[in-house]
Parts: sequence; structure tokens; C-alpha cells
Amino acid sequence: MNWSKYSAPQAFYPLAGRLIPWFAVVAVALMGVGLYMGFFVAPTDFQQGESYRIIFVHVPAAWMSMFLYVVMAIWAGVGMGLNARLSFMMAQAIAPTGAMFTFLALLTGAMWGKPTWGAWWVWDARLTSELILLFQYAGVMLLRTSIDDMRRADRSSAVFSLVGVVNVPIIYFSVQWWNTLHQGASVSMSTGSKMAATMLMAMLIMTVAFWFYSIAVILARVRCIVVERDSLPVWDEKPAVIQEAVEAR
Amino acid sequence: MQWGSASEFFAMGGYGLYVWTSFLATALCMLWEVLALWRRRVAARAEQRAALLGGMDETAT
Repeated sequence: MNWSKYSAPQAFYPLAGRLIPWFAVVAVALMGVGLYMGFFVAPTDFQQGESYRIIFVHVPAAWMSMFLYVVMAIWAGVGMGLNARLSFMMAQAIAPTGAMFTFLALLTGAMWGKPTWGAWWVWDARLTSELILLFQYAGVMLLRTSIDDMRRADRSSAVFSLVGVVNVPIIYFSVQWWNTLHQGASVSMSTGSKMAATMLMAMLIMTVAFWFYSIAVILARVRCIVVERDSLPVWDEKPAVIQEAVEAR
Repeated sequence: MQWGSASEFFAMGGYGLYVWTSFLATALCMLWEVLALWRRRVAARAEQRAALLGGMDETAT
């Protein structure tokens, strides 16, 4: 199968349309399983009581906020390198969803901070760098809307997002590099997990669910962007409408 | 399962406000995003259709 043909918006558009329902169905199903496990199977935490259950949205949202930023920057870089329109459209489509997950990570973090630390917000390295990530997403989107010329908007926001990638490892390692109020990683690639198996499983299922959700909404947004950018994408139109247009001549 | 009753479940050991705000906010954000995308698609396609029909009219005259 020749995958490179899908780098053309005309070929990618219908493919994305066929894929969206599958990603959406898997996302909803996994969210159902993850929420059930998180609320009914995972035990009460011996230190934090029931407040820890915020982890089942907080950690997946925070992971997605960082992951989507990196993916956005990669598409921006590919767009710059290959001068590929669809790559820039992908980067453009990822930003709002990434910003939403960053906002949710901060909000659910505040909801967790208040009962455990006694404060909605503290200026520690983890929280501050994640807030900066939100500003970066906002910057990428504002930069795009402030430039009328599409090619310049694509390139400027691509450069902005590529430079900003340095913040992602800062967020990730902030709990090791600085003495933060934010707890250290509960899941680590080197030392494994410090959580109960069912807690970890629920959290990972929610993460995969958010991942599928993101793919579905980002593909849907790319389709909107393709229609908005191309003046006459006839390939998306129903035959009856094209027939009507032809008859009107 | 650790819940004796529905009210115990909603109380979340006294952390109900924090837990449910977190989950509700996440659900609302996702629903809002899906709805906004659906509306964006309807608007984009209406514009595309108008351009298609309008553009053809121009060439006809």
C-alpha cells in the first residue's frame, strides 16, 4: 500500500472521514471501562483517601498535553522540511485539543491540590512549566490567526512551536530537577509503578481512551481545515449537489 | 467495591466536590469540543456549497 498518496488532502480527507467513527467508538468504550475500574474496582488510597481518584483524569490529561505538543511540533517540522500543506494542517488541528488538555490538567490539578496541599495553586516548577505550556498553545493559535497570509502563518507558528518543545522535558523532569510540592512520578520507565495494579490499569486505560479521543477530534478538525482552506473541494460534495451545479450552468 | 450506598459514592469520602468537579469539567470540555467541531463542519460545508453553486452561476452568464 502506498501511504504517501495520503499526504495529498484530496486522498487524506475521505480516509480520515472513514477512520473517525472507529477512533470515537474505541474512545467511548475505553472511557466506560476506565471509569468503571477507576470508581468501582480501584481501592481507596491509604494516604489520600478518595481524593486520589482525580488521577484518572488528571494524569491522562497532563500526559496528552505534553504528548500532543510534541506531535504538533513534529508535524510543524515536517511541514517546514517538506513544504507539505497537510502537515501544517495537522499541526494547526492539534493545537486546540492540546490546549484543552493542558487547561484540564491545570484545573484538575487545582482540584487535587486544594484537599491535599491546602492550596489551589502554588508556583512550583511542575505547575509553572505546565502553565507556560498553556501559554505556548495560546501563542501558537494567536500567531496563526494574527497573520493573514496562510503560508507565513504556517511557517511562523511552526517555528514558534518547534522552539517551545524545550519546555516539554522541563515539565516532565521538573519533579526531579527541583524540589517541588507536586509529587514525583508514580509511574516510571526505570523503576516501574508505585501504584496498586488496578489503579494503574484504570489510569492507563483512561490514557489510551484520551489518546483515541484526541485522534478522532483532530482528524475531524483537519477535515474542517481542508474544506476551509480549499475554495472548491468538490470531492466532498454529494453527487446530487454537483449535478445541481452543473445543471445551473 | 468500597461503596455501601449511592450517597456514599457521591460523597467520595468527603472529597466529592473536588472529584466530581474534575470529572464533570473534563466531560464538558470534551462534549463542547465535539459540538464546536460539528458546528464548524456544518458552517464550512455550507460555505463550500455556496461557493460551488455560486461559482458555477458566474461561469454560466
